Amino acid sequence: MERYKGRGIKDTVDWTMVICYLLLVFIGWFNIYASVQSAEPSSIFDFSTRSGKQFVWMVTAFAIAAVILFVLNPNIYEGFSLPIYVCTIGLLVAVIFLGVEVKGSRSWFEFGPIRFQPAEISKISTSLMLATIMSQVGYRMRSMKDFLVTAAVILFPMAIIVAQSETGSALVYVGFAFVLYREGLSGWLLFMIAMAILLFIVTLTVSPYASILVLIGVTTICNGLYSGKMKQWSFTVLPFIAVMAFLPWGLRELADAVSAGEESFLAKFRPEYVLLGAAACALPYYAFRAYRERSMFKWMSIAAFVAGILLIFSVDFIFHDVLQEHQRKRIEVLLGMKEDPTGVGYNVNQSMIAIGSGGLFGKGFMNGTQTTYGFVPEQSTDFIFCTIGEEWGFVGCAFVIFLYSLLIWRIIQNAEKSREAFTRIYGYCVASCTFMHLFINIGMTIGIMPVIGIPLPFVSYGGSSLWAFTALLFIFIALVRNERRL
Amino acid sequence: MKLNRVNKLRIGLVAAVMILVVRLFVIQIVDDKYKIDASNNSMVYSIIYPTRGIIHDRNGKILVGNKIAYDLLVTPKEVEAFDTLTLCRTLGITPEFVREKMKEYHRDRRKIGYQSVVMLRQLPPETYMKFAEIAYMFPGFRGQARSIREYPYNAGGNLLGYVSEVDADLIKRSGGKYKAGDYAGKTGIEATCEEYLKGEKGYNIYLRNSHNKIESRYRDGEMDKDAVPGKDITTTIDAELQHYGQALMENKVGSLVAIEPSTGEILTLVSSPGIDVEMLADIGAHYNEIAANPYKPMFNRAVQSPYPPGSVFKLVNGLIGLQEGVITPETEYPCQMGYHFGRNKLGCHAHRSPLDLEESIMMSCNAYYCYVLRGLLENDKYSSIGEAMDKWNEYVKSFGFGKKLGSDFPSELGGFIPDSKYYDKVYGKGRWKATTVISLSIGQGEIGCTPLHLANLCATIANRGHYYIPHIIKDSKEVTIDNKYKEKQYTLVDTVHFPKVIEGMYRAVNSGYGSGGTATIAAVDGLDICGKTGTAQNPRGDDNSVFICFAPKDNPKIAVAAYVEHGSFGARWAAPIASLLVEKYLNGEIGESRKPLEQRILEGNLLDKVKTD
Repeated sequence: MERYKGRGIKDTVDWTMVICYLLLVFIGWFNIYASVQSAEPSSIFDFSTRSGKQFVWMVTAFAIAAVILFVLNPNIYEGFSLPIYVCTIGLLVAVIFLGVEVKGSRSWFEFGPIRFQPAEISKISTSLMLATIMSQVGYRMRSMKDFLVTAAVILFPMAIIVAQSETGSALVYVGFAFVLYREGLSGWLLFMIAMAILLFIVTLTVSPYASILVLIGVTTICNGLYSGKMKQWSFTVLPFIAVMAFLPWGLRELADAVSAGEESFLAKFRPEYVLLGAAACALPYYAFRAYRERSMFKWMSIAAFVAGILLIFSVDFIFHDVLQEHQRKRIEVLLGMKEDPTGVGYNVNQSMIAIGSGGLFGKGFMNGTQTTYGFVPEQSTDFIFCTIGEEWGFVGCAFVIFLYSLLIWRIIQNAEKSREAFTRIYGYCVASCTFMHLFINIGMTIGIMPVIGIPLPFVSYGGSSLWAFTALLFIFIALVRNERRL
Repeated sequence: MKLNRVNKLRIGLVAAVMILVVRLFVIQIVDDKYKIDASNNSMVYSIIYPTRGIIHDRNGKILVGNKIAYDLLVTPKEVEAFDTLTLCRTLGITPEFVREKMKEYHRDRRKIGYQSVVMLRQLPPETYMKFAEIAYMFPGFRGQARSIREYPYNAGGNLLGYVSEVDADLIKRSGGKYKAGDYAGKTGIEATCEEYLKGEKGYNIYLRNSHNKIESRYRDGEMDKDAVPGKDITTTIDAELQHYGQALMENKVGSLVAIEPSTGEILTLVSSPGIDVEMLADIGAHYNEIAANPYKPMFNRAVQSPYPPGSVFKLVNGLIGLQEGVITPETEYPCQMGYHFGRNKLGCHAHRSPLDLEESIMMSCNAYYCYVLRGLLENDKYSSIGEAMDKWNEYVKSFGFGKKLGSDFPSELGGFIPDSKYYDKVYGKGRWKATTVISLSIGQGEIGCTPLHLANLCATIANRGHYYIPHIIKDSKEVTIDNKYKEKQYTLVDTVHFPKVIEGMYRAVNSGYGSGGTATIAAVDGLDICGKTGTAQNPRGDDNSVFICFAPKDNPKIAVAAYVEHGSFGARWAAPIASLLVEKYLNGEIGESRKPLEQRILEGNLLDKVKTD
């Protein structure tokens, strides 16, 4: 302690975050115990059970936290981020060849009884690397070169993780978009990501035609709002869209009315053609306007529109050829395209039953019938939230979510208060990762996200995940402490 | 508050969290659906198994019934220290067995939890009652009644079939009808009538807590469902006759089938050696023993073994010859100890020559049928031998040969009758002639037919040209049989040709000793048995002994086929067996004069002659 000068632990460590962290870890531990307890209740410390093992992971995690907080000098991270990042990439690649296969993906190293997943560390090293690059003097998000480097730092590990068939873990990296947004990335990018997801879903669930209509509508409204001519647009283009929405229905009725056969013109005619024709006329005209007005926005919206159309027509390809069978099924189940209560849908269905049966106050600690008797699979890892939902009810769930929100909120506060760009950016990375895990995991258990096997931070069973999240968070706490101490 | 980027992100965070919370609120508090589903999850359905339907014979006697046996269940969690020796004495088991079991339960205690496990299966009621009196001394032990099969007659395991726990394959194929732990009929009548016999399961619903401990009846049993017992069925089998047939065939390998010609009802279906009914009730315990038996008792020879029919088949060739006009009843052919063609000869035994049709049947002349088959295949009516062969095939198949008869007995096989295509493949087109396939004339060569086929042939002749598809389920109140079993199946041979052949069969049996009739041993006074012997070559040793007969000659009541592997001449084993069965059926008992014959058959043992590799 004497090496450090200035204020003491009490004032420098952000205890709100630490307490949130500890509460979540202990909640996780108790629920792991409750979820795997069998007919023969054993001690929570029984090392042959998961709760006993989790206790070991917890103690070691606390040790890691203490080391990060009190031993390591927080100033080293900036300098070491590149080697750490390179090492992680090396591990990520190595695991594809040297790792053991678990549930169809090669993403785990196994050393005797210990298994660990390099993808977990990769979150930390990517965060550090991002913070290092983006806090450089003279870094500008709007410069193409800087943006590309940043994107590469994120996309590189993401691509390797996808190659490991761990698409779920890779999805977390999308969260770094929030960091980029905070640091000046145009909000349109976030908007476009959201649009891409929306178009994907509409194309799959309704039809490509509807999807194109949505795209036209959104592009029109954006342009209208931007140019301030909303009124004018809403009298011309929007009614056109409304009319076009009935086109497929009208065509079908017409085909029925004249009882056209399979081979007839009406049966082969697809409503997309009308829109295609309209676009073929409108786009050059609009491009001409953009050129005359030298409007970057118009150019961009043309580009976005074309990209959107391409996306819509490639959805089928992406869905059937890029995604793997199990991922496709999960999305189909989520979107209600297929009922599958015994297969993929089983997990979600049982998980929702477990959570739903909890009611307001839950059934009480160790009294859950759904989670303890194996109705819910993966109950101590990815589906741990079910146990919380069943035994502690809505109140318990809300409390856990509140703890997460408080933690994330607090991270953002601290990041904003920080004088160091490094600390701020790193803080946002931590907040984003935690948020993505939280939202995807809980969303999955309550049926608003597809089944993506990623753990609930601090709570799910598993050493490698607990250690990684502990390190991720405590590096930030140490960075904050470092600033406060001065 | 400014709407800067930081605040937009904060708003986004709050919005996302609100989405989660609202969704949780909906499924945990607003929507009841999940709570109901959860109670489904925690309900325990305790299955009540129905008693299986009873199998009656044609006269209402019980072939297969049910009796109560007890399984001894142990709930290891509830067991306290107990007096091992008393328990062992009561149940007739060794202390080592109990200790071994208790050790096993201790080892698996995690897995077993609060559940009960079966320690002993199928205790007879007497043993169980002894235990029940002192059961209070053994907390954690209890008996569970179970209905198991009981067999008053030794009707043979192949006919009756057995019941056993369904396997994974059947569960999958049944599409949800069967669940693990259910029982189903596997072979024989149990399998044929599974639909009727099985009944419907019921259940009691209990609620369990998170420790998997049963807490209470769900809604006081309001939603429970009683089991529906299986329907009783009536078979066409005559229990006494089946029992007697079983005894006759004991220690012989082969088969004995009896059919009522006027209905096609199977009276007796014996496959020997068979599974003893003693073993049937708990077949699982004996399965290895049965499977290891070199005589393959699980193999139902009556419907699954395609044998060469031997001389019995001459009847078919004779009838076809008459229909095709190749011969008339008066046609005579010579026989010089066989039929000579080129340098070859198909041998025959010593009898006078020449013979007409009736005499050829009576004395079973081989040469006669060589002429007949040659006449059939070299008939000018047909452009080629191939066409003539296919015509012959068509005739033979009209007798039910070479195809599954379509009986309701499971796993029936079709046998084989060759056609021109077959010989073209074996010898090459145009490279075979009548003499190449001459052994078909006497029922040898490439012919395969099951004992059921032979019995059906006999019934067809008894009916003068038609048969009913043989079946074992009788039309009754509970069970209606398919209409196809009530339709006459006509052969391609006209009714007018049958009496002469029947006359030959009558003379084969009833001409008296020394007349040259091959089956005089089968004669029973007053029964007018008509029969035909067969001696089929068996490459693995002695010839097979074959005999078919029906009686009485007019208005026949029973048609029998007996097939005894390695029994040498038809008259040696098959004819006595078949005739004894007929006598038993028609007279109810065996006449004094035939007692020694019965004695010889019952004591006869041919098992040594059978190679069992």
